[in-house]
Amino acid sequence: MDYSPHTDEQVAQMLQTIGVSSIEELLANIPSEVRCRSFTLPTGLSEAEVLSACESLASPNRSLRELASFLGFGAYPHLIPTVVDALASRGEWLTPYTPYQAEASQGTLQLIYEFQTLICELMQMEVANASLYDGASSLAEAVLLALRTSGRPRILVSEAVHPHARQAIATYLQGFPAIIQELPHTNGVTDLEALAAASKDDVAAVLMQQPNVFGCLEPMEQAGQLAHRVGALFVASVYPISLGLLKPPGAYGADIAVAEGRCLGSPVAYGGPGLGLFATSQALLRKVPGRLVGCTVDQAQRRAFTLTLQTREQQIRREKATSNICTNEGWLCVRAAIFLSLLGPQGFRELAELNLQHAHALSERLRELPFVEPVFDQPFFNEFVVRYTDGVRARDVNRKLLKAGLLGGLALRPWYPALGESALWCVTEAASREQMDHVVKTLKTVA
Amino acid sequence: MVIPKDFRYTKTHEWTKQEGADVLVGITAHAQEELRDVVYVELPAVGKTVKQGEPVAVVESVKAAFDIYAPLSGTVARVNESLSKSPQLVNQDCYGTGWFFAITPSQPSELSALMSSDDYTKLITGER
Amino acid sequence: MMSDTEPLIFERSVPGRRSYRLPPPDVSARTVQDLIPEEHLRHEPPPLPEVDELGVVRHFTRLSQRNFSVDTQFYPLGSCTMKYNPKLNDRIASWSRFAHMHPLQPESTVQGLLRLLYELEQSLCQITGMFAFTLQPAAGAQGELTGLKIIRAYHAPRPRPRSGGQTRTTILIPDSAHGTNPASAALSGFRVVELRSGPNGMVDLGELKQNLSDHVAALMITNPNTLGLFEKEIHAITTLCHEHGALVYMDGANMNALLGIVRPGDMGIDLLQLNLHKTFSTPHGGGGPGAGPVGVSRRLADFLPVPRVKKTGTRFAWDERAKHTIGRVHGFYGNVGVLVRAYVYIRTLGKEGLERVSRMAILNANYLKARLSETFEVPFDDHCLHEFVASLKNLKSFGVDARDVAKRLLDYDFYAPTIYFPLLVEEAFMVEPTETESKETLDAFADALIRIVEEAKTSPELVKRAPQSTAVNRVDEVRAARELDLRWTPSNQLVSA
Repeated sequence: MDYSPHTDEQVAQMLQTIGVSSIEELLANIPSEVRCRSFTLPTGLSEAEVLSACESLASPNRSLRELASFLGFGAYPHLIPTVVDALASRGEWLTPYTPYQAEASQGTLQLIYEFQTLICELMQMEVANASLYDGASSLAEAVLLALRTSGRPRILVSEAVHPHARQAIATYLQGFPAIIQELPHTNGVTDLEALAAASKDDVAAVLMQQPNVFGCLEPMEQAGQLAHRVGALFVASVYPISLGLLKPPGAYGADIAVAEGRCLGSPVAYGGPGLGLFATSQALLRKVPGRLVGCTVDQAQRRAFTLTLQTREQQIRREKATSNICTNEGWLCVRAAIFLSLLGPQGFRELAELNLQHAHALSERLRELPFVEPVFDQPFFNEFVVRYTDGVRARDVNRKLLKAGLLGGLALRPWYPALGESALWCVTEAASREQMDHVVKTLKTVA
Repeated sequence: MVIPKDFRYTKTHEWTKQEGADVLVGITAHAQEELRDVVYVELPAVGKTVKQGEPVAVVESVKAAFDIYAPLSGTVARVNESLSKSPQLVNQDCYGTGWFFAITPSQPSELSALMSSDDYTKLITGER
Repeated sequence: MMSDTEPLIFERSVPGRRSYRLPPPDVSARTVQDLIPEEHLRHEPPPLPEVDELGVVRHFTRLSQRNFSVDTQFYPLGSCTMKYNPKLNDRIASWSRFAHMHPLQPESTVQGLLRLLYELEQSLCQITGMFAFTLQPAAGAQGELTGLKIIRAYHAPRPRPRSGGQTRTTILIPDSAHGTNPASAALSGFRVVELRSGPNGMVDLGELKQNLSDHVAALMITNPNTLGLFEKEIHAITTLCHEHGALVYMDGANMNALLGIVRPGDMGIDLLQLNLHKTFSTPHGGGGPGAGPVGVSRRLADFLPVPRVKKTGTRFAWDERAKHTIGRVHGFYGNVGVLVRAYVYIRTLGKEGLERVSRMAILNANYLKARLSETFEVPFDDHCLHEFVASLKNLKSFGVDARDVAKRLLDYDFYAPTIYFPLLVEEAFMVEPTETESKETLDAFADALIRIVEEAKTSPELVKRAPQSTAVNRVDEVRAARELDLRWTPSNQLVSA
């Protein structure tokens, strides 16, 4: 099945108008030695057959609707109000192009303006862009911005920043004479003494995550002060849902705030697409990567929206652009804007509180188990690390939990071997009392 | 097309005017006309050392951005702060209040390499 | 009938209003201050708008109606391939067992999705003739970046010295290339050298030869080029580059012209990025999400980002090992939601369907070009492939330019083609109809353009003042750039007539 609408008769008419007798004639400019003989692919299918084929691909999977999940580590499945899907699935949101022709794109442009405002409000920052690919690449873009603006070569990044984000930064920096220096953590938070010692005037930026990869709350204000003392930028990678309760980056002196915004109204989707949030101050505005929408007027003095400051972007500046990006995660912006509008300030705060309460409740109950001990003595939001003792291994714990239909805390050994048999548990608003009872009951059979 | 007689010009459409020990720099009427509405000017830092012919500033319209080249080597003595609030001065008064920056020249001999108004007129009529 | 302005969501806000309700905590709640020290707490919740659910529904529905979209209008944007986005793709991508999956779930619970990703990679290899693909890049531009990092890593001397040692520091890019090409190259730490195109807008072999040296890491090429013409000398081009130790990167944005006709891998291409939101029908979403998988030749496979899906017997698993991997460019595995859509599209079309796509796209473009042959000048007037570029410079004598015509098309309820790109053509108008448009639509579009050209001659004001029937007419972009207003604040006034 394909979506081309022509009948044979129409094809013949069109060929006649063009003045050729076959489509093959239109390919005459392609040298025969590069013409492809064939490729091997299954034959096309009708809709019913496609559905069936995809069913067989879906059926071996177990979704988060079927398994109670306590996995986080940068991917947080949160509630998605029905209205979000209902509205976002409209073709007028899903199928337009990038809003270059402003008059034909006022919907998308106004939405992005509203989105930019919402993110500023969430983060308490002055300027937000129309989004970047995901949290990890947003952090990498922040690093590039800092390196370029300061002319300094060194980046300080906490080990407690998500390892995938740190890897993305390393990849993005290949080809640049930049130095990435990692800061150790003590008792689950970045070692401020190490940060102070490393803060010299060759540092372009200091990167920290809040809450960090262990779920612990970092001393962001002090870290920011240390960065500013040597004229470095302070970059905060934050967790949007936590901002219902936690102090936003603008309040503790972040120069740039980035985040993975998928948790605002989009499904976790096996890790992608994401929604890279990027917010900063007026001072850095002209260095911002990505799209920006501005408010103006039309010829009749009606309020109108348009892409602006495009001279930073690739279509104009080419190799002098602030970035090469020419996508934003437009459709996820729509979902995020609807999500935040539905929740409102009270709802958003309540959502954060639910996460906080559920996580602390489970944390307490897990600690009561004889083979479970807390690892860090720090305040946390909805993620925490425990260690299994008495020879119990995280892998075995999770295997047992999976048999009971549960996805247990992520074993951290592959990324942080020094933490031994530890696991990162994330508890969201989705976790019910029954599920937590079930977890504890199952774990009691482990050791 | 106004081309002040007592200024000197570059091939890249900058004008220069001696002002005491310094040389004022801006862009010509031809340049601002090509650019159309100027929306932003990125100026060099005061005190920066510049070399003749290297890009030192950027002038932006909505759809384009162009480098502005130092007509002379020297140090940036001062910049036109008004341009940040009122970039349209470049369009309205490119030879006066729309000036970009002033250089204290380090190699006065370079001035003779710049074009006279007659030569510049020939250049742009050729281009047109 | 669209209203003049739509209030901002903040302007619909009334303090104290609630819509979405959350359940109460399912555990005995403790005081927040007991759990989190004061210094970490926000004093006030974020000042989000307070709107009722119906208000939210009306706002975002009405706002959507102020958009053009593929679902409602013809979008002949050159180089963007705005084809129909099948609803079937969206439906299947939204299934829980694809959409509600955590990236770190045990692999035993994800076997079907891993299989899908594996089969997608295999399909893309078949279609393009490349040896292996990474599905990680989130967009075409990120794909380019990934490709360039691979190029850099490939040329880096091994064992790797602490710094420097890299001699191949230049990328050659034709002046007709899309802006992301030089931007990506610069972002990857390369120097960009622009190659002047030949008289027909193609890569000039002489110019290429002159610029190749052992400082050149790669040539970036688009084929068909941005004028919609096939680079006939492609074999000679890739051979020449390889002789000089340079790699060849192909920008696959125009793949819609090549499906089942040419395979880049067979032309000597070493790296290629595809735009799934173009050729493979995934929706543009008003700017994203897209996906830009990168295919490579065999000798570059070890440099691909990790992890990659490996198949052992009947099991699928993520494999982190790759000798010279450049690392990762994405937080997890790439835009899986988009990848699922592309997979469904490939299964739906199958071999014959995909072979038909490009042929129909080429037919449509040539038909439109023929219909407009009397009206517009088309430089490089061969048969085109899936798109063609016209020049509207002859209208300048009436005081009308390409922008004006594009805006007037909106009044005829057509989205405009791409304008002012490629830079090689004066008053460029790049048209790509795609294969999913009917003959009636193409005829209506051609008729509209012919009418507009008449208008330009007889009543140019109509064209210059356009659009008049859209939600807003021409937007003051100068004011937008001079008086930056990038977010609403409570003190903003509603600006209206």
